[in-house]
Amino acid sequence: MRDITPSAAAPVVRLIEEFHKLPGVGPKSAQRLTYYLLRAPQEEAQALAQAILEVKEKITFCSVCQNVTDSDPCLICEDSQRDRSVICVVEEPLDILALERTRSYHGLYHVLNGVISPMDGVGPEDLKVEELLERLKGGAVQEVILATNPNLEGEATSMYLNRLLRPLGLRVTRLARGLPTGADLEYADDLTLSQALEGRQEVS
Amino acid sequence: MPPPRVYKTEAIVLRQRKLGEADKIITLYTPNFGKLEAVAKGVRRPKSRLAGHLEVLTYTSAMLAQGRNLDVVTQAQAIESFASLRDDLHRLSRALYAAEVVDRFSPEGAESYHIFQLLLGTLRRLAAGAAADIVLRYFEMQLLNLAGFQPQMQHCLGCRKPLTPVPNYFSPAAGGVLCPSCGSGTASSRPLSVSALKVMRLLQQGAIGDVLRVRIGSSLAREVEFHLRVYVIHVLERDVRSVAFIDRLRREGVGEPVGVPD
Repeated sequence: MRDITPSAAAPVVRLIEEFHKLPGVGPKSAQRLTYYLLRAPQEEAQALAQAILEVKEKITFCSVCQNVTDSDPCLICEDSQRDRSVICVVEEPLDILALERTRSYHGLYHVLNGVISPMDGVGPEDLKVEELLERLKGGAVQEVILATNPNLEGEATSMYLNRLLRPLGLRVTRLARGLPTGADLEYADDLTLSQALEGRQEVS
Repeated sequence: MPPPRVYKTEAIVLRQRKLGEADKIITLYTPNFGKLEAVAKGVRRPKSRLAGHLEVLTYTSAMLAQGRNLDVVTQAQAIESFASLRDDLHRLSRALYAAEVVDRFSPEGAESYHIFQLLLGTLRRLAAGAAADIVLRYFEMQLLNLAGFQPQMQHCLGCRKPLTPVPNYFSPAAGGVLCPSCGSGTASSRPLSVSALKVMRLLQQGAIGDVLRVRIGSSLAREVEFHLRVYVIHVLERDVRSVAFIDRLRREGVGEPVGVPD
């Protein structure tokens, strides 16, 4: 970084470097953001700095579902309208946003905060698995939906959880796998296509 | 010979890591160009035409275009996706170990035809339901041979005398077996039973058909596994991460078939 902007003032270089650390921000974008803020009104820069600090200070993990939240338990866990007999297990907090957008799920969530990835040395002990088992002890939960990503690591995680959950006498389900809306059969891989065939449904 | 600007290759996908918004960097193992990394664009979107053909542990046929830094996958068609590996934790954990070891053993671009065939054969055997652990031991021993780290199993590395059928020692640092008088007391050497020596010789020299026919009790299987693991880690000079997952599954009895009793 330093060799790209040797002549800029030290605080400017520092901000460029900080932006550069963010995911998806290359050296050029980092410079552009910095020079934009230099010209922006004082309040705008203040608001950004404040927002960043607040996120770090106020946001914690929900002690129930492990989602990111500013109140503990989080809004979803607190919500009395939601169906407490179903828990949907996801990899990351962002997955909850995606599922909430569908407006067709009204149960609770559990965030694993990761996925089993043996080659990266990430095992079940690095995920919030114990916390999930703890939640199921009450007996109120009747179904666990495994909503990990349909890739190798997500499948491995689901298989592992399934083995732990089966003996508890719950209904354990997995999100359906198959063809996405707008897809082309021609480009589908055999695995997806055979799963789509297996999961075919009567046309009503 | 450097590959041309756009080229086609068969490959086994060893691993993936995320890149930017929706892309991934895919580590491929190819028969002619060895290990290479390539960018697969958009594979994290649900409608990606490539994603399903580039999953980890897929044997695929891919078209790549040379990029400025990394090559870019332009087309891919899965040849074998080893579906039965994917719904069996026990087999999957072994297959991932094989992929990780090949990844670690191979510098990018090193010549690779035999290692490619070995890995493909190993995945096929695991998917077909052969005894997973013995398949993995054969894979380790053959990979060591191909990579030039064949352990010496015929005579003692200390005194050069042929080994006798008594308990000997296996020393990763020496690169093979030491006889009782040379091996006792050396720091890195571990006792090696007569049966384990026989099994390891068979793994080294035998055909896979013969290897799959032998029945090995679980304590002997653990001994051979231990020696080969320690040796592989010694050669690589680093841990193999997926070992922890295999051990955990075994400890918890999750997804493990009942072993052959001793």
